[in-house]
Amino acid sequence: MKISEKWLREYVDIPVDVNELAERLSLVGLEVAAVTPAVPHLPGIVVGKIVEINKHPDAEKLTVCKVEVGDGEARQIVCGAANVYVGMKAPTILPGNKLPDGNKIRKSKLRGVESEGMLCSARELNLGDEHDSIFELPADAPVGEHFDKYLGQDDSILEIDITPNRGDCLGMLGIARDTAAMFDLALCRPAIEPVTAAIKDVFPVEIREEDACPVFAGRVIRGINPKSKTPLWMQERLRRAGIRPLSSIVDVTQYVMIELGHPMHAYDLDKLSGSIIVRWAKQNESLTLLDGTNPQLDKSVLLISDHKRALGLAGIMGGADTAVNDQSENLFLECAFFSPSVISGQPRKLDLNTDAAYRFERGVDPDGQEYAIERATQLILDICGGVAGPVDCTRTPSVDTRRNDVTLRRARLKTLLGFEVPDEKVASVLTRLGMPPKDVAGGWRVRAPSHRFDIEIEEDLVEEIGRMYGYENIPAEQYPTRHPMEALPEQRRDINVIRQQLVARGYQEVITYSFISPEMNQAVTGQTGLVLANPISSDMTEMRRSLWPGLLNTLKYNLNRQQSRVRIFETGLRYIEQGSDIKQENVLAALVYGDRYPEQWGLAAAPVDFADAKGDLVSLFPPGSWDRFEFAPDEHPGLHPGQSAEIRCDGQGVGWLGALHPKLLNNLELDEPTYLYEISLDALQEAGLPVLETVSRFPAIRRDLAVVVDENVPASALTRLIWSCEPALLRDLKIFDVYRGKGVDLGRKSIALSLILQESSRTLNEDAVDKIMLNITSRLTADLGAQIRE
Amino acid sequence: MSDLEKIIFEVEKASAAASSLHELDGVRVAALGKKGSVTLYVKEVGKLPAEERAKAGKAANEAKQKATKLINDRKQVLIQAQLDERLSADRVDVTLPGRGHEPGGLHPVTRIIERIRILFERQGFRIEDGPEIEDEFHNFDALNFKPDHPARADMDTFYLEGSRLLLRTHTSPVQIRSMLKRGAPIRVIAIGRTYRCDSDLTHTPMFHQVEGLLVDEGVSMAHLRGILETFLQQIFEDEELTLRFRPSFFPFVEPGAEVDVSCLFCHGNGCRICKQSGWMEILGCGMVHPNVLRACDIDPEKFTGWAFGLGIERLGMLRYGINDIRMNFENDLRFLQQFN
Repeated sequence: MKISEKWLREYVDIPVDVNELAERLSLVGLEVAAVTPAVPHLPGIVVGKIVEINKHPDAEKLTVCKVEVGDGEARQIVCGAANVYVGMKAPTILPGNKLPDGNKIRKSKLRGVESEGMLCSARELNLGDEHDSIFELPADAPVGEHFDKYLGQDDSILEIDITPNRGDCLGMLGIARDTAAMFDLALCRPAIEPVTAAIKDVFPVEIREEDACPVFAGRVIRGINPKSKTPLWMQERLRRAGIRPLSSIVDVTQYVMIELGHPMHAYDLDKLSGSIIVRWAKQNESLTLLDGTNPQLDKSVLLISDHKRALGLAGIMGGADTAVNDQSENLFLECAFFSPSVISGQPRKLDLNTDAAYRFERGVDPDGQEYAIERATQLILDICGGVAGPVDCTRTPSVDTRRNDVTLRRARLKTLLGFEVPDEKVASVLTRLGMPPKDVAGGWRVRAPSHRFDIEIEEDLVEEIGRMYGYENIPAEQYPTRHPMEALPEQRRDINVIRQQLVARGYQEVITYSFISPEMNQAVTGQTGLVLANPISSDMTEMRRSLWPGLLNTLKYNLNRQQSRVRIFETGLRYIEQGSDIKQENVLAALVYGDRYPEQWGLAAAPVDFADAKGDLVSLFPPGSWDRFEFAPDEHPGLHPGQSAEIRCDGQGVGWLGALHPKLLNNLELDEPTYLYEISLDALQEAGLPVLETVSRFPAIRRDLAVVVDENVPASALTRLIWSCEPALLRDLKIFDVYRGKGVDLGRKSIALSLILQESSRTLNEDAVDKIMLNITSRLTADLGAQIRE
Repeated sequence: MSDLEKIIFEVEKASAAASSLHELDGVRVAALGKKGSVTLYVKEVGKLPAEERAKAGKAANEAKQKATKLINDRKQVLIQAQLDERLSADRVDVTLPGRGHEPGGLHPVTRIIERIRILFERQGFRIEDGPEIEDEFHNFDALNFKPDHPARADMDTFYLEGSRLLLRTHTSPVQIRSMLKRGAPIRVIAIGRTYRCDSDLTHTPMFHQVEGLLVDEGVSMAHLRGILETFLQQIFEDEELTLRFRPSFFPFVEPGAEVDVSCLFCHGNGCRICKQSGWMEILGCGMVHPNVLRACDIDPEKFTGWAFGLGIERLGMLRYGINDIRMNFENDLRFLQQFN
């Protein structure tokens, strides 16, 4: 809400300057987002008067005007607007000066005729949108006065962010009420003299939905001059409130809305038939609105209609057919109260975010419709002439719009605020806010005024006291804790430990969006994700099924910015539909691309490979839990079928590791192999407690073994078999070489293993070791077709 | 020169000439070995008549000691020379970079989250989390957002197609889940991703929030001010930092407030960054609305509580100068590496 400081000062005799006013308003909850001058500085633009008009000899649409600017001379100015007339006063820019948009006006020739300056439109002065006509000034504007001074440089615009609960502050009067209460000053309400009915005409109103429209005030005004112009003062007030002046009648209704907070509507009386009917719309009922659109109507929309047709959307926007125009001489004015629950949600649904709807959604004072009608009548009669009928207001007695009594307990006030507010201060604040309290046992009872529909419970009153007495009075206190010490589970590793492990291995953490393109979900996981109904863009429409798409996008982004080596990881949820449920699983995912190590003098450059990625991943497994994990060769839609493994923990799939599928490398235009892994964070976080074993005092014996097996025999088959042969004495088993080539048949590979054997109670002798080795080698030969190399 | 003197002279000459321990060992054998010149001389002395033997024996022994000393001295010199040579040959350029990985780093958002988490854990708060795909009950209804109210519409909520499920617009639903699960008294912190359908220089459709909640008997706004003051002073490591509470509106608190901190750049004197106000908006908070407590089966007559919510990216902006919030999610390595 934009408000004019000067206008506000008409209601309250504010004792401080605009900056302090802004701060004080912010501190009572009316947050001032900006304070700007109401009128731009417009050097070199003065009030001019046209004293003579001639046709341009060579251009039909141009006129040659003689304009006085107060220095005794009449300057010749060529003008292209049609609304000029002799005697018209208009803002005139003199040669050598700049318009607000930076354009410098020079003495020049237009189609061969000399022009010494320019008559300005509203848009050229940054005062509005109008550009086809010259900005016309009142006849009493002093010729030669600086135009900005004439408009008034003594005003500022305060832009106030009104919170959704304070619909009562969406009018000057509402802000003035809080301002007066804040300074403990009197509120001077705008002087409104009721206009006595000069004619008897009333237009019948039939309210079929009394709950939706408990109040409807109307008035007939006849014989107005439809060509009347809105006076400059009103145009300026509207402009300062951020509203574009349109035509005199519409401007008056807008003005009253800004002033009193009551949205109004004016109909062309001659176009109405029978009576006004307030009812629900019919499914797909047709209506053309003021803005030319045809909303999709259904039975949830409240309508104003007459006997023939729909006239407008109640509280949102009027219709085009019955709108006032520059021919309308007879009017019907409407000022109603529509229940917020009826209007709420409709502007969004219909995409009609009008000023009226904004107010009705948040709530409008159910009182004062008559007052608003009187105010509008007074202004219309002043500006457009005419005669008014009586105000005809229907108030449905069955719908109680009065506020309930609310009790405020002294003890509760202190508990919530944390300090004691003196009784007389409480009474003073409540009284200033229009709800003088009655003393009751232990506190006060009040009834909020009709416009404070946000005050419903005791806590609302606590806030009122707090904000008016001042939140700055709240002391800072330490809460005396009586909570027990929180648990620290040792068998649950902190995510940060896992993150730090990757950081130590050269990974950079990233955070990517949870929504991605459907193409990426499909390409990487082979499936579609949960779809957003209202995505922000076409490449963010689905919830990710995997973190890999985000990592791949990040890789591309950085490769395009001269990076050649990328090691990144992310933790976060992936979202997978499971029947009627959604699994939201916290996972860790990583990507490695480019060289194994950063370029350095002491290591030969080599591209990263599968084992590098696996080594990084395995380093994240909880200490002491390595034997719970296994890597099962398996296929995944996003991975190279020969370089992918499912990660299993206690036999359950918990993630995947592999090289990005070459098809995806091509699609993403990646030059080098890209390795990825993704694993459930639960699997990484769950750790065991260390269980101590006796350290043997006897020497260990190492035996090496080289076996040749078929390519399709995985190394894990060898190690698993060896462990199973000798679980008691085998302490450690390592693969120290894998060889293919000379001496080994094609399609086979040689794997070299080292075994560390040890007894806990005595020295292991060579004979026993030989027996163990013989058992192992014979099992390898029998079960895996292994050939033992000597 | 006697024979003995000649022998010693030869040993002296030869050991001085020996340029390695190996050569020197040759000299030792030649002089003191079984058939060495000194050994043979000593043997000859034994054959002398008794009266000469004592004198000659003494001289021979002295000569033997002298030869041994000459060779040992030379040996020390050669060992030292060898060590010197090795030390000078083994020199490395200690200024060359070390081998292996260079460490990566954490995202600035994680960095801030960790600080917040630690500060509140020290105060005994429990860390809670909840789903990001939420339902309307936890995200709105239980938080006292009336259906169709503009406050609900203002949240710019993402919905899933064909359902009323939504992406949580704030971390506040974790309040509801925690209170329903644990009841009162309770004190929790929830940190995580939140979503709103909004995108510009200061808004991304995804961002992070931290939510604090404390419900107990006799909890007041003064306690809220107390903890927020300490928390913000610690986060910004500025003991001089002051807070300003401004009345505001969030459906799930009453009274509600927005909190400003004294400008971190000008310390409240007024500068360009705080638009001359001396204050910077930092978070929203208030006393938990009785309707919210009731929705979680907590008696608002017995218990009161406070809650606050704060944008992590907003903190990143103030703490690290990340002025364009979108940079947080572009993941440009040149940006991220500045936090390593």
